[in-house]
Amino acid sequence: MDKIAVTCEEPSLDSQVDPRFGRAAGFIVVNPESMEFEYIDNGSSQVMAQGAGIQAAENIANSGAKILLTGYVGPKAFQGLEAAGIKIGQNLDSMTVRQAIEKFKAGDVDFATASNKKGHWK
Amino acid sequence: MKIAVASGKGGTGKTTVSSSLVSVWESPVIALDLDVEEPNLHLFLNPEFTDKRMANMEIPKIDDALCSKCGQCGELCQFKAISLMGEVLMTFPEMCHGCGGCIAICPEGALTKDFRELGEITWGKNGKNEFLMGRLRVGEAMSPPLMRAVKEKLGEMLDASSTDVIPKDVIIDAPPGVSCPAINAVMDSDLIILVTEPTPFGFYDMKLAHEAFLPMGKPMGVVINRAGLGNSEVYDYCNEVKLEIFAEIPYDRKIAEAYANGDVISESSDEMKQIFISLADKVKEKAGSNASQGGAA
Repeated sequence: MDKIAVTCEEPSLDSQVDPRFGRAAGFIVVNPESMEFEYIDNGSSQVMAQGAGIQAAENIANSGAKILLTGYVGPKAFQGLEAAGIKIGQNLDSMTVRQAIEKFKAGDVDFATASNKKGHWK
Repeated sequence: MKIAVASGKGGTGKTTVSSSLVSVWESPVIALDLDVEEPNLHLFLNPEFTDKRMANMEIPKIDDALCSKCGQCGELCQFKAISLMGEVLMTFPEMCHGCGGCIAICPEGALTKDFRELGEITWGKNGKNEFLMGRLRVGEAMSPPLMRAVKEKLGEMLDASSTDVIPKDVIIDAPPGVSCPAINAVMDSDLIILVTEPTPFGFYDMKLAHEAFLPMGKPMGVVINRAGLGNSEVYDYCNEVKLEIFAEIPYDRKIAEAYANGDVISESSDEMKQIFISLADKVKEKAGSNASQGGAA
């Protein structure tokens, strides 16, 4: 099964899902069968003046994850993730990383076809 | 001599002062609107536009057949305008600052020059004077690159008049604020006029502008618009930091009416004309003494 990346506030499965994608604190990349995970810090995106979403999309692409679970994804990040062939489950804030993964495994997450957050400039 | 009319706060009277200064200045002078996000000096001076040109910024274009997906371009770019997403190299044109670094660094020659439209530069005659302005394309987020292109055109206009006995002076209507566009508009000037109003907001933003422009070491002075309104903070600050008050424009309904009519204030009454003639004299005296001390050219 494909690895899943989830935006998180802390490096733990019981962390809240960070609702922001581009400026998320970090990502938990999980093997959904074993629930083994690694943590990827996203601090490099958080400090950027612009392009945080694009940088975060690159980070996900480089992590090997094929699925992303998060709250809100901006238009450029969405475009980047799509190009990298990553499927996006969004509007998954207000729950823990573990709950988001369980929800996905139960088949209750539809993949997004469009960004759910407006860009800053348009 | 180049005179920049700036302010921290918007709506304090930059265009009122710019248009009036142009009106009382010896002709020919060049009136330059560098508030490219919302130019409005032309609404008061009513120039006859004679020509225009587009301003573009160089951005990268990818030739996928040549790209080896090495990702060096994406690592170099500080603005994420070009990015390697897994196996796909993609550009985000509106993020590009036009440095050309990605095109220069690409080992495969897979990147070539493309262009993003920044806006339009327009110029023309204004009686005996000349007029120049830039207008940013709607949707474009960066104004300094367009401002640089407008200033290039200004250079051409000044070169064309270099055979004149006295080189033309330039009066610059600057954008408000203290960030890159405001700095870009005043950086080539010989003197900066800070237009403010004696209100808490006017004072706060003028102080920011004064502090932001101070490191450039240019002579600065203040024009207090709507004098009689508000409180004494602006006056106290100017006194404290030895910032000269060049002129005061009274808080008067007639001025607001003239402005709303699209009139140049210095042409609205003799009293107003006198205020701007003495402002122009003061500005020339201060900017001139700076120029002779080897100040900014």
